[in-house]
Order: sequence, then structure tokens, then C-alpha cells
Amino acid sequence: MTPLLQVTGLETRFFTRDGVVRAVDGVSFSTEAGETLAIVGESGCGKSVTSLSILRLIASPPGRIVGGKVLFEGRDLLTLSEDEMRAVRGDAISMIFQEPMTSLNPALTIGRQIAEGLVLHRGLSQQDALARAAEMLRKVRMPEPERRLRQYPHELSGGMRQRVMIAMALVCGPRLLIADEPTTALDVTIQAQILELMRELARETGAAIILITHDLGVVAEMAQRVVVMYGGRKVEEAPVEALFAHPRHPYTAGLLGSMPRLGDSLREGALKRLVEIPGMVPSLSEAQSGCLFAPRCPNALSRCTQETPSLVAHGTGHFAACWNPIA
Amino acid sequence: MSAPRDALLEVAGLRKHFPTKAGLLARGAKVLAVDGVSFWVREGETLGLVGESGCGKSTTGKLILRLIEPTEGQVLWRGRRIDRLSRADMRPVRRELQAVFQDPYSSLNPRMRAVDIVAEPIRNYESLPVAAVRARAADLFERVGLRADQLTKYPYEFSGGQRQRLGIARALAVGPRLIVCDEPVSALDVSVQAQVINLLMDLQAEMNLSYLFVAHDLAVVEHISHRVAVMYLGKIVEIAPKREIFARPQHPYTEALLEAVPVPDPAIRKQRRVLEGDVPSPIAPPSGCRFHTRCPYVEERCKREEPPLQEISPGQWVACHLRQAVV
Repeated sequence: MTPLLQVTGLETRFFTRDGVVRAVDGVSFSTEAGETLAIVGESGCGKSVTSLSILRLIASPPGRIVGGKVLFEGRDLLTLSEDEMRAVRGDAISMIFQEPMTSLNPALTIGRQIAEGLVLHRGLSQQDALARAAEMLRKVRMPEPERRLRQYPHELSGGMRQRVMIAMALVCGPRLLIADEPTTALDVTIQAQILELMRELARETGAAIILITHDLGVVAEMAQRVVVMYGGRKVEEAPVEALFAHPRHPYTAGLLGSMPRLGDSLREGALKRLVEIPGMVPSLSEAQSGCLFAPRCPNALSRCTQETPSLVAHGTGHFAACWNPIA
Repeated sequence: MSAPRDALLEVAGLRKHFPTKAGLLARGAKVLAVDGVSFWVREGETLGLVGESGCGKSTTGKLILRLIEPTEGQVLWRGRRIDRLSRADMRPVRRELQAVFQDPYSSLNPRMRAVDIVAEPIRNYESLPVAAVRARAADLFERVGLRADQLTKYPYEFSGGQRQRLGIARALAVGPRLIVCDEPVSALDVSVQAQVINLLMDLQAEMNLSYLFVAHDLAVVEHISHRVAVMYLGKIVEIAPKREIFARPQHPYTEALLEAVPVPDPAIRKQRRVLEGDVPSPIAPPSGCRFHTRCPYVEERCKREEPPLQEISPGQWVACHLRQAVV
């Protein structure tokens, strides 16, 4: 079975005054219908640039996709014309962003914004599209959907705006939904509502989800498979259970260990200190040989700073790019 | 609720009402940001103050620091009221009562070198020779894990985690007894967040510092706090030792907050009860118990009568009609 989306050797660079930033440096992964794939990592690891590259939403200049393939249902999106690409965005592939306030148009009613995709991609009349928009709002469990159609984004709470974003993203029935930190700006009780909603809608529609997040708790709740990124590269990929139970890359293990968990400090004999990853994330402005995590890695060997490790299999669907992985 | 004798800081019946911008209909309306809050912090203790956005936790911190003035209520430092003190009389108190903020970038003067940022409070309070001030700054740098060669750098030359270390060094410069930490790690990546949490806990152990730790991340608060106060719409709904809060929460809101936190373990992907609806507006909070509009256990009485904060077991105070003291 061919995957729904297959990204191979993606390279996205930013050409700035201070040099070339290798934001995404040869990343490959794929996803299938009905699956939720999480891409995790800290700020600057390239997870958002990866997702924007799939939809070719990288601002150019300064950014440019300089290599790789993005095969979606067998077609390489990187070779499409701008018009063909526009027909894909919001239809077969749609996206939800972190901050709904900045991605909704403040001057248009909620109804118009949800209906837009249907008018554009499906040729519906404004009236039919608005009726569909109301239906969609009901589906994302928006209170008083008819009234919301006539409201503007500023009249809604953060959680309701995120529901509008989801309604907009799903109205054309996409096969792939890319969600970039969809709940990061929300309070924890509202986050729980939105995650539940996304899970339900994914089950119902069979769409694949690529979930970009820094929150390992959200990953554990939502994803079937996980890609861990560091310094613009994929350092580990695994089924979610394997990744949490037995991380192979020292960076993944460090991330899991540095995170305080509810209930941990209450245990008898609990460790008082969190595991630290010393140092900070690397600058990506120069070409670097070797593993980018080596300077912070407790397992580093001399080889690690010289040769870039390639991905090695550690069980079904489990890969890590490390010369000295955790046994 | 009367403070113990070794309380460093006490807050009693604190209120802050902000006038809303004059609108045609909302004339004279007030935002009840903090609406009758009482607690204390002992020497060497960390009190965590948690709640979702708009609950008044940050405003409470600012009132204590007198960055804004309370509408009503008292702030006591070592048993003495400080909420009405003049600037001059506040000076010796400020020396002992310091702050660390969320975004170190906006709370550090970008035009000052790191050494001067740390030295400024020392010069304010002590007349020392230049070399002695410099030596103190260098000591502080070492203590918070910054290198001596970074003394002459400017804030923009530091990473996020290092800037937060610099903010902590400044707070420590004049020998504080209590530091109000307002979301000190929420802007940091997980791996760096662990470094700063460990640093704060080490400093507390070394110097017997007290913290009022204002944050929304419950796992972080559990890790660092001795006691925890939970706020909702301007009021404390529960305050107790951390074990009680996290292992045996008594207020339905505390319970719901904990329930909503994603668990970073795919093996226990939980079927959670999601709290419905949004947080109501603090301009017109619900009658009776403010949580009654979202509470799964709501009864008639909750809509009419406001529940008082009552001690239901030693040290555990809860404002809920359904939780009575077990005497």
C-alpha cells in the first residue's frame, strides 16, 4: 500500500544576512490514512518549517525548499504550479495553526470564512455554503452555531476560535490535516476539549493527522507514531508505545526525563531533581558534520562529532540516528 | 484563617477591581480580577499559585510586589502591612521581596550589560567599591550557572534559559527572602526548563528562600511546591499541602484541572471526563459558587450561595458546599 503522504529528503533553508540556516536538513517520513503522526521537538528543531514546507507555505525570500520530494497521493507537491497547489490547500490537505486569532480574518464573519473553502473548491453558492458551515459548527460542538455564523473572531473565546479553525480545516473533507501546536495557546481544560474533538473527527472522517507539538503529553494521548526532530534532522522515529517505553536516542530519553510528570514527586523516594540536558539547542547557520546533539549528549563518542549517524532500525518501525544508542 | 507566626508573607482579603473601558452599555462595569484572596507563605516554603488564564494569579503576584495597588485588603511582610507604604518605606522591604518574570527578555534592560543588570540593585542598596560590586556580580553569575566571560555581554547575546538565569541572578543580588516567580519557566523549552527548575530548588535549599510560584503548568507546580493554592475567577477555591492537592483534590475544579492534563504515557491513554464550556467573564462572574456553571456536581444551593473557604482537614481549605469539614 502506498502511503498517503511520503516526504523524502526534505531540505528547507533560509538565506539570511547572517548566513544560510538549514532549518530542515534531509527529513523523511510518511503517513497513512486514518493515522496520527506526531512530530516533536523543541523550538528551532524544524518541525513547523517541515509542516509549512509540505504545503509550500515557506516565505520566499528568505526561505526556499532546496531538495527532496513531497509525494501526496502519488503526486510530488514540490513540482506543482502555484495554481495547482492552491487547489490542494484547504481541500485535500488543510492546516490548523497555534494562534487562531492571527490565522482568522478579523474583518470577516465566521460564516464567510468557513464557507470560503466550499465556494472556492466545491463551487457551492454562498447560501448553500453557509448552510454547510452551520452544520460544520455543530459538528465541532460550537454552542449556538447559527448565531456564530454572523459573529466576528474577536467575539469568540480562544477555545471557540480554535473550534472555528477546525471547522474551516475540515469543511472540504481533507485527507490530510496538519495541526501545528493546535492547543498550545489554550488553557488545559479547553485543550482537553479540543484534543477530544480532534480525535473524534479523525475517527469519523478517516483523515490522517500530522500533529506538530512540543508537548509529550499531547503526543502520548493523540499519536500512533512519532518523529523526533533535533537541529533540523529526524533523530528518532517509532510507534508511540515503543518511543515512550524504550527511547533509543539519548535526546529523546533526555526530553522524556526532563519533563516533570503529575504524581511523580508524591512517590516515596522520588527523585528531587529533574534530568537536565546540559547546554542549549544548536545554531543551524553553518554546515556541521557529525551528530548535532553530540555536544550535549551523555553517550557521545569521539566518532559522534565527526560522522553524521544515519538511521538504524531497532525493531518494527523504530529507527534512531545515533552511533551509541541506548541499549 | 490566621497566619502562623513564622509566615514571611501574608495576604488577607486582597481585591483588585479594574474598571472596564467605558462602553455604552458596560459603563461602570468592573473586572473582578482578584476578589478576596487570602494566604501566607512561610520561610523556606514554596507556595504554588495555579489556575487558568484570567483567574487572577499573576495579578495577585503584582499586588504583592506593589506593581499595582490593591482595591481592598492587606499585604503583610513579617506581620507588618506594606500595602500602603510610601516608596521610601517600601525600600527595605523590596530588598527582601524580589521577582522573576516569565519573559526575561522584556524584563531585562536591553541596553545594559549583564554585569550592570546584576550590579544595579547592589549599588542601590549598598555603597561598595566598584571592585567589590563586580566581585559580587561574578559570584552571583557562578551561583546561577553563568560563565564569568558572559558578564560583559548584553541580554540579546544570551539564550532564553541563560536570560532566565540572569533574571534570577538579579533577583538574588541583594539577598532576598522571598521571590515572586511569575511563570518563570513557561517560555522555555522542556530541556532548559528542567535546568531552571533545578536551579531554583538548589537555591532554595542553599539559602532557605521562599517562593510564591505562579504558573499554569500543574506538573511543574507539583514538582517545585510545598503547598498549592488553586484559583478560579479571582478566588482561591482550594489551598492545601501539595500531597492533598494532587493525590486527594477536594474541589471539583481542582479535580477537573488535574483530569485535563495529558499524561505522557501512551499505555494509560485515559478516557477522561472533559469539563465543558469556557471560563465565564470576570466582569459578570456567576452568582453563588463561580464554578457552578461548569461543575459536574452542581446543586441548587451552589447557584445562590457563595461557599466560604473552610478547613476540612488540617491545612486543607476548600470552598465548596459539597465538601464539609469531617469533624
